[in-house]
Amino acid sequence: MKLELKKVYNYHKKEMIKVLLIQQMGCLNLIGKSIPRREGKNKVTGTAKYTADYSTPGQLYAVLVTSPHAHAKIKSIDITKATKCAGVQAVVTGKDYPVLTGSAVEDRPVLAIEKVRYFGEPVAIVVANSEYEAEKACSYVQVEYELLPVLHSVEESFTGKNALIHESFHLYTKPKKLKPIPERNVANHVTVRKGDFHKGKHISDVLVKTNVSLPQSDHAAMETRSVKAEILPTGEVHIESSSQAPFDIQQMVSKHFNIDTNKVIVHTPFVGGAFGGKAAIQLEFIAYIASKSTGGKPIKLTHSRENDMISSPVHIGMDSDVKLGATNDGKLTMLEMTFKFDSGAYVDESSDITTTAALNCTGPYKVDHVWCDAYCVYTNHPYATSFRGYGHGELAFAIERALDKLAEKLQMDPMELRIKNAIKPGDTTPSQAKLTKGNIGNTKACLERIKKLIDWDEGDVVPVSNNVIRAKGISGLWKTSMSPTDASSGAIITLNKDGSMNLNVGVVEIGQGTKTTLIQILATSMQVDESKIHMKMDVNTESSPEHWKTVASTAVYMAGNAVVEAAEDVKRQLKNNASYKLRCKPEDLEVGESRVYLKSDPQKHVNVQSVVRGYKYNNGNTAGNMVIGRGGFVMNQLTNMDLKTGKAFPGPAWTVGAQAVEVEFNTRTFFYTITKAVSVLDAGVIFNPKGARGQVTGAMSMGLSWASREGFYFNQNGNIINNQFRTYKTLRFDEQPEYIVDFVNTEQLDGPYGARGVGEHGIIGMPAALANSLSKAANTSLNHLPLIPEFIWSKKKEETP
Amino acid sequence: MITTDFEYYCAQSITEAVDLFKQLSDSGIRPLFYNGGTEIITLMRINSFYTHVNAVIDIKRIPECSVLEMDEHDYLVIGASVPLAEIEENMAFPLLSKNCSRIADHTSREKITLGGNVCGHIKYKEAILPLLLTNSTLVIADEKGLHEVFIQDIFDKEIILEPGSFIVQFKIEKEFLSMPYINKKMTKIDRIGYPLITVSAIQMKKEIRFAFSGLCETPFYSYEIDDILNNEENSIRKRINAAIKQIPEPILDDIEGSASYRKFVLSNTLEEIMMKLNGGGGNEAIS
Amino acid sequence: MKQLVELFINEEKKQVHVRPTDTLLHTLRNNLGLTGSKPGCENGDCGACTALVDGRPMKTCLVLTVEAAHYKITTIEGLKDSSIQQAFEKKFAFQCGYCTSGFIMNCYALTMQYPNADKYQIKNWLQSNICRCTGYEEIEQAIQSIVISDKAK
Repeated sequence: MKLELKKVYNYHKKEMIKVLLIQQMGCLNLIGKSIPRREGKNKVTGTAKYTADYSTPGQLYAVLVTSPHAHAKIKSIDITKATKCAGVQAVVTGKDYPVLTGSAVEDRPVLAIEKVRYFGEPVAIVVANSEYEAEKACSYVQVEYELLPVLHSVEESFTGKNALIHESFHLYTKPKKLKPIPERNVANHVTVRKGDFHKGKHISDVLVKTNVSLPQSDHAAMETRSVKAEILPTGEVHIESSSQAPFDIQQMVSKHFNIDTNKVIVHTPFVGGAFGGKAAIQLEFIAYIASKSTGGKPIKLTHSRENDMISSPVHIGMDSDVKLGATNDGKLTMLEMTFKFDSGAYVDESSDITTTAALNCTGPYKVDHVWCDAYCVYTNHPYATSFRGYGHGELAFAIERALDKLAEKLQMDPMELRIKNAIKPGDTTPSQAKLTKGNIGNTKACLERIKKLIDWDEGDVVPVSNNVIRAKGISGLWKTSMSPTDASSGAIITLNKDGSMNLNVGVVEIGQGTKTTLIQILATSMQVDESKIHMKMDVNTESSPEHWKTVASTAVYMAGNAVVEAAEDVKRQLKNNASYKLRCKPEDLEVGESRVYLKSDPQKHVNVQSVVRGYKYNNGNTAGNMVIGRGGFVMNQLTNMDLKTGKAFPGPAWTVGAQAVEVEFNTRTFFYTITKAVSVLDAGVIFNPKGARGQVTGAMSMGLSWASREGFYFNQNGNIINNQFRTYKTLRFDEQPEYIVDFVNTEQLDGPYGARGVGEHGIIGMPAALANSLSKAANTSLNHLPLIPEFIWSKKKEETP
Repeated sequence: MITTDFEYYCAQSITEAVDLFKQLSDSGIRPLFYNGGTEIITLMRINSFYTHVNAVIDIKRIPECSVLEMDEHDYLVIGASVPLAEIEENMAFPLLSKNCSRIADHTSREKITLGGNVCGHIKYKEAILPLLLTNSTLVIADEKGLHEVFIQDIFDKEIILEPGSFIVQFKIEKEFLSMPYINKKMTKIDRIGYPLITVSAIQMKKEIRFAFSGLCETPFYSYEIDDILNNEENSIRKRINAAIKQIPEPILDDIEGSASYRKFVLSNTLEEIMMKLNGGGGNEAIS
Repeated sequence: MKQLVELFINEEKKQVHVRPTDTLLHTLRNNLGLTGSKPGCENGDCGACTALVDGRPMKTCLVLTVEAAHYKITTIEGLKDSSIQQAFEKKFAFQCGYCTSGFIMNCYALTMQYPNADKYQIKNWLQSNICRCTGYEEIEQAIQSIVISDKAK
């Protein structure tokens, strides 16, 4: 371990001890307190504002013209008629701004150029005085297409026979290191080679093979994506966006349109749900060129639900082949795995999702010999971006279905099989990252806990009544974040004259409640009541310190550490100012309950409010300085991946857990009810138990919804035909099961007070656990999502002659 | 956002509505009677089906369209503008109440009207099933005034109305109101959504009548199918299999469910309904 | 094409110029600044825009503004510290907050009409709304906490 890291660990251990002391002393302690959300009152009164709620005087409206075809050449675009429509200010097409964008491969034009690659792709944009006029004029934009063969699936694309989706792939700029196979429509091929594959095969007594798949689906945040853009005469570009990544927008707009970064200002108010879908940048570029085309006027662009579903990036699809080996006594020996991820028409985050799935392909189990090939494949589907879980839910579905199959073959209890192979400190991940007490939780403890909570010993299939049986399924889970090796976060604390504080971080409030947790962290650090802290709820790149992106459940970890450091900085400065009054060394002082006091004699103190702007002597002389706290955090110890073997240290830690689902299944009709869902996560120290539970149950709900009913349907032309909530199903009220959530608390040593994020983990094992329970119930292998009754019926029908 | 424009008129009486329609038509405007309006609003927004409409005549404020009461001849009279949610709560005709309680969702049912549902473009029109089973009387307004007609006489895949006429009320004979019934809606997976199939069944003195929605392109009631299903010489299974062969049109095959799956669900559903009704069950909606 | 419509919203008379095809949702947000009603689908599927029309819950994306004249309209902005709002806050019944206004309005209408709503009624009404963040558990607790249970009757 590097000295630097050790220091961090020691520092946090000290903080932990302090917390324990605080708890014993009954002092101010907000760890483990379910304080209500800071913005709660504004949200329950409808006062909280989201991007589309704001209007700017003189604002124009932009509406997209989208492609009616999944793959076609654009022969011509005639905007003459549209330009003449009432109220129209500008009509923009791809050729006007021939810029290619993308975080890993710059393969995506802002508006389609020369060809369209998916149904719903933005082709032109109409800007008008009112939304009504803009939308009306859209139908007058005349586009002539020449149809091209449509690649409907990863399999079809992979053959490379019918068509290439990106003929000029070799010419694209690639900001990230990739191993493409352009002639097979593969943008990235990730290889993981751990141990000796042949040896693994040799020592295996049994081998199971399985194929699993899941279709592309949608994030379906309740707030559709919305953005505003304006270019001021000074050249400043102001963008307001419903985004998880305002700082990334700033970077990317600056980069692609060649504007100084300091001239791009991005503002993000409350975000109405995101789930990874708002970490991608798309409408921001479009809004920028729309504003640019009108001489910089403020324009607003808000997606309809239909466009939000099909034109903007979606949840990735996957097809996976798994070969899993074990000894007769159930010790895992080898894993051979192929992933084909359906990235859709453009890469965006898909290459990294592919990488993450490959690097963590075993799930939380120890396997010495791993051979994984993961492909990020282009298709004529909408393009995919990050989705809650970032590849881990997908890989869990593959590996956990294989584990159940293996258990069946071994005639072993699936729970025992998992417990036996649970990964632990000392083991290595598929990417050969060495696991330590500091970076991985206790998988075995989670599994053992879940065993009790789901009453596993009752039996995994139990008759309930005529035709109805109760069945249980389990899944292990793990997750690490695939962040840039230098991802960073910051915190700024300013103090008001009464000693109260203003906290400013770059984390977006997307519903996850991080801002309330950060208040709790600061209150604990400063030993003040949470009411003394004002939190800036929106994010503005011109005043908020950068936070990489509000993704990957890392905000508490990253920004929390920054807040602790900023609080220390404030305390140091307060002590310095107070030392003038108390006539001692700053080191002799301590800060708490809005006072700075002598450690040796706490009665001797000065109130914080008298030392926030230096200390003023009775004669008016002032010493010391104004207090402004700063704290920062940068990921460390992460390494880039070795392209040959996949060797890497991809994330700071692996959060582990186990999940279970119980269903009541009708053997006659194949309908089922999800009666129970259980999660046990090793989540470290929990700051806000009710908030954390809500994150976990919310993710479980989303996972069950995804697994049981979500997914896009494409017609023979590659057009999505369920682009509304009426046909795109999501879980509704009273369809939720009874939730049981429990935590095993192995603190993350370098997390703020041992805390770590739990925003995504609840989703990861849900598809696998549901599929495992239903496969048991229906006595067939259910390896494809969504698990609608018709699918179970068709599977059973196939099997009965 | 709806980008086409129309003129909105709100009629206070039947004659005003009929006259308005004529005036507008005569002056070259294409009007449409407007009730709950949910379908018109949602389809116009996506430029589908109602794109030609350039005037709507709202009939919701016409007093006759909002009644829900027994008349002096022992008919239950339901105005065409009564929202489905009101019918659901009222329970004067339990089969219809149960049927309506599964159309769309509750809040939407506050807006969707009975007249709107049965006359809509939507292929399911589920509320029509109880009306077909009881051969309800429709009170129709046109230039000549009001006239009454049995629903089965003007129903051919949909209710055929002359331009300029609209349904004011539905009348259901009292004897039907208390008959044992079952309404069963089956969906792909959840409770809110389009049906795979909806079956309304009512136990008459001698036989059970069945009407179907979601099975074919349009809802239907078939004497032939009733005859087969009520033929007690055969086992229930046999009757159901024979009935499925008599389905008048191709079975729907879409994202809600394939045709063969719909057949499977239909068969299970019919079996359940027949067992229940024959066994003296009924008066319930199995969902 | 615009016409003048007088609306009665949150106990106040408001005059607005609207297109006859403007939905009430559009008018609330764009003409009256009542942005608490949220567009989630504009298709009557999600319930985020729910307001009360004469005390009944109504998806304002399914109502034309011109239709709404003469009715008493209440939006989330018209509720003042109601018990359901308090319950939502206390029970953590929201996360991103986007669906919250619609859920609250629907719950409010339900409990006004049926102060002792039973489990079926709650399900029947609240299935009209979609929440994508919570697992609905807290929303159920919130409404349960304000209905008068049979035991208490």
